[in-house]
Amino acid sequence: MRKIYHRIIQISGNVITVEAANVANNELAEVKSERGTSLAQVIRLDKSRVYLQVFAGSRGISTDSEVRFLGHPMRVSGSEALLGRIFTGNGSPRDNGPALDENMMEIGGPSVNPANRIIPNKMVHTGIPMIDIFNTLVESQKLPIFSVAGEPYNQLLARIAMQAEVDIIVLGGMGLKYDDYLFFKETLDEHGALPRTVMFIHTASDPIVECIQVPDMSLAVAEYFATELNKRVLVLLTDMTNFADALKEISITMEQIPSNRGYPGDLYSQLAVRYEKAVDFAKAGSITVLAVTTMPGDDVTHPIPDNTGYITEGQFYLRNGHIEPFGSLSRLKQNVNKDTREDHRALMDNMIRLYSEYREVLEKQSMGFRMSEWDKKLLKYGGQFEKGMMDLSVNIPLFQALDRGWSILADCFEPQEVGIKTDLVKKFWPSK
Amino acid sequence: MDENKQTGKVTGVNGNMVSVAFDDQVTQNEVAFVVIEDGTRLKSEVIRVRGREADLQVFESTTGVKVGDHVDFTGELLSVELGPGLLTQVYDGLQNPLPELAKQTDYFLKRGLYVYPLNREKLWDYTPVAKVGAVLKAGDTLGTVPEGIFSHRIMLPFAWQGEWTVQETIAAGQYNIDTVVAKVSNGSETRNVTMVQRWPVKIPLTCYKVKLLARDPLITQVRIIDTFFPVAKGGTFCTPGPFGAGKTVLQHALAQRSEADIVIVAACGERAGEVVEILTEFPHLDDPRTGRHLIDRTIIICNTSSMPVAAREASIYTSVTLAEYYRQMGLNVLLLADSTSRWAQALRELSGRLEEIPGEEAFPAYLESRVASFYERAGLVRLESGETGSITICGAVSPAGGNFEEPVTQATLKVVGSFLALSRDRANARRYPSIRSNPGPSTTASSIARKSTAHARCFATETRSGR
Repeated sequence: MRKIYHRIIQISGNVITVEAANVANNELAEVKSERGTSLAQVIRLDKSRVYLQVFAGSRGISTDSEVRFLGHPMRVSGSEALLGRIFTGNGSPRDNGPALDENMMEIGGPSVNPANRIIPNKMVHTGIPMIDIFNTLVESQKLPIFSVAGEPYNQLLARIAMQAEVDIIVLGGMGLKYDDYLFFKETLDEHGALPRTVMFIHTASDPIVECIQVPDMSLAVAEYFATELNKRVLVLLTDMTNFADALKEISITMEQIPSNRGYPGDLYSQLAVRYEKAVDFAKAGSITVLAVTTMPGDDVTHPIPDNTGYITEGQFYLRNGHIEPFGSLSRLKQNVNKDTREDHRALMDNMIRLYSEYREVLEKQSMGFRMSEWDKKLLKYGGQFEKGMMDLSVNIPLFQALDRGWSILADCFEPQEVGIKTDLVKKFWPSK
Repeated sequence: MDENKQTGKVTGVNGNMVSVAFDDQVTQNEVAFVVIEDGTRLKSEVIRVRGREADLQVFESTTGVKVGDHVDFTGELLSVELGPGLLTQVYDGLQNPLPELAKQTDYFLKRGLYVYPLNREKLWDYTPVAKVGAVLKAGDTLGTVPEGIFSHRIMLPFAWQGEWTVQETIAAGQYNIDTVVAKVSNGSETRNVTMVQRWPVKIPLTCYKVKLLARDPLITQVRIIDTFFPVAKGGTFCTPGPFGAGKTVLQHALAQRSEADIVIVAACGERAGEVVEILTEFPHLDDPRTGRHLIDRTIIICNTSSMPVAAREASIYTSVTLAEYYRQMGLNVLLLADSTSRWAQALRELSGRLEEIPGEEAFPAYLESRVASFYERAGLVRLESGETGSITICGAVSPAGGNFEEPVTQATLKVVGSFLALSRDRANARRYPSIRSNPGPSTTASSIARKSTAHARCFATETRSGR
């Protein structure tokens, strides 16, 4: 029987300190107070002092509350019974189902040996032309959606989840509005995807410490499905900015020296450890990570999007309701877009080039310059491009999207004006 | 060895820092092992001593460490093994061969598993060079083995002081690296020399006669660098740029095409996927200069962002020590460090855990001197034998927010010989390598005579004024 400790000597923020012996770093404990029982995790040991971060927060904990150490770090069940279930950040059921205790695995495990990775080479079809044609998503890619608060990023995330051909979806929600949680649940249910989904949801009203556990729980489950059952797993994390803010809160409570705008000095490492779980194995499944990062003040140099950009393999900018063609980047697209259709790359390059010319013409127009014939063509093209390609409601498979690209070009330009190689033009230019 | 082994007990854990009450004595920067309940031994390094307590940075996750856990001190500073067989290897920051680890475990890196860096069984074609009776100093050649296209020199260990007389040598033949190839004596003591020696990574190797001024350019075959911003063979340069500006792609290009004998790629705290590209491509890419594969002249040190942060700090030193070893053979080594900002961040994390008083942006006050002493390990040297060897260091810098005024970029600019600023604008315009043609007043003058680039520069000015 494990010893119960009664003397809490310090309560500060969500961190409590007790005097205890034989306690391991990162071990879990149960803290029993008037308000109920909460899990807590050891985050620091100093001689006989044990610092615990209490998941439910320290409110209502008294100096003689009970602390019982459980003898193991944070764990999650690795089993197929997870599918279709919804959990909180600490792994307890949110959906009135039974708690799972089969095959408990530690979360936040070690890094994949780089020697076991393979170069990602499988495209993920999303049905969104701005992604499929211009910034192809690749299996095992880690990609954030940089967005301003208020943009439909959760809708975009849900759509990609529905349409991507993956075996398992793991949704990690951090600081989600309750409405957004219900939105995800209903959308997944509507499309019949719930049975292959596992959700770890921390809503904005839940204790902040649970927020920090969500990515680790989600990724541990993803690793289980990818390595044990050879599944292709898509992990959706929304919103990583809340995760980083939770880290900031804990580190300030622990009196760590802040580095940049109050964020801890290890923010980069903390984010990287999670994002780097994205992986493709030769002999097992894969993990693809799509995460939302809301940019405070639309500022990409803010520490969270900045550190994220250095970790991830590209980014999608969501702005004014569509995915920005400029700035958005999939670093892995060249691994796959050479094998889709021969016109893919040429079309991708030239349509974007023409669109950027259109943007320049728009500027000229707004300054009152006279429009040349070419400018007028570009204006027509820009309008069609935004409507036929960029609009988020457009939902067509890749080849159809490529064909649409050609018909937009044919509608606005002469074949010799688009700068695409003659043999491709001959083959794909729609005949009128 | 065993009877005077130093031990201690854990008294505190804070992240990857462990405080230890030691029984007898400790040495600053010596390696220690924290032994946890299930017997796993976690490698760590002493980084501070206060009274009867030493602070250790642990190179692994500290989950499960308890107060009272046993600690073994080894008495040896953090070192690397130097010997034939380093080329083509893929190591982590502590010189564990990753493919070998992959064979022993499943998909993940296992905590507390350490493997010999060099193959113990492989036989090498040894040819003795030093004759019996010859008087040698540290770094002098005893014999050679062929390693790829190079003649790998077996040298008198760098740490041995004074003059040593060769007393016995073995005949030419096939031996493994642990074979005693010579017996040497300094009059009072006789020692055995094998093909492998150890050297502490944080101490520069200085077994050379004199350090020379680097004048000749290192041909990188990246046109904009060679014509406008040449880098010196034995010099240093840095490539700061915001994310997406093409730092890593530029480094890969340099790794492939530069006219260096040996290329050491230190992937320090960056994406694992990028290393995988090198791992899978280099064994198949031909080296046009030698007709062999690029991997045959390459060593990869890979401590990616998700691997433990203390090992990331060590990885930079590991890679530069390997570079110095090959320089001692009269070779020209190119060290590509991607990215030194991640290394600096590792310093910052450790400094924060030590509760040191922070400098700018919470980086430790000693950031600049650490950065400087790393780059100063580059250079062109004349060896005792009269030959020259060089190390050229290229550090990628990832400035937060793309702002070059931040401490790491500034500390780097102070010490490097050439500055290749990458710009987001040029990257967005898809012009790679996105090197800014006018890096601004902060640029440091290249140590290569301006004359050699004057011709190219006059074209650049013409085009610019022509517009």
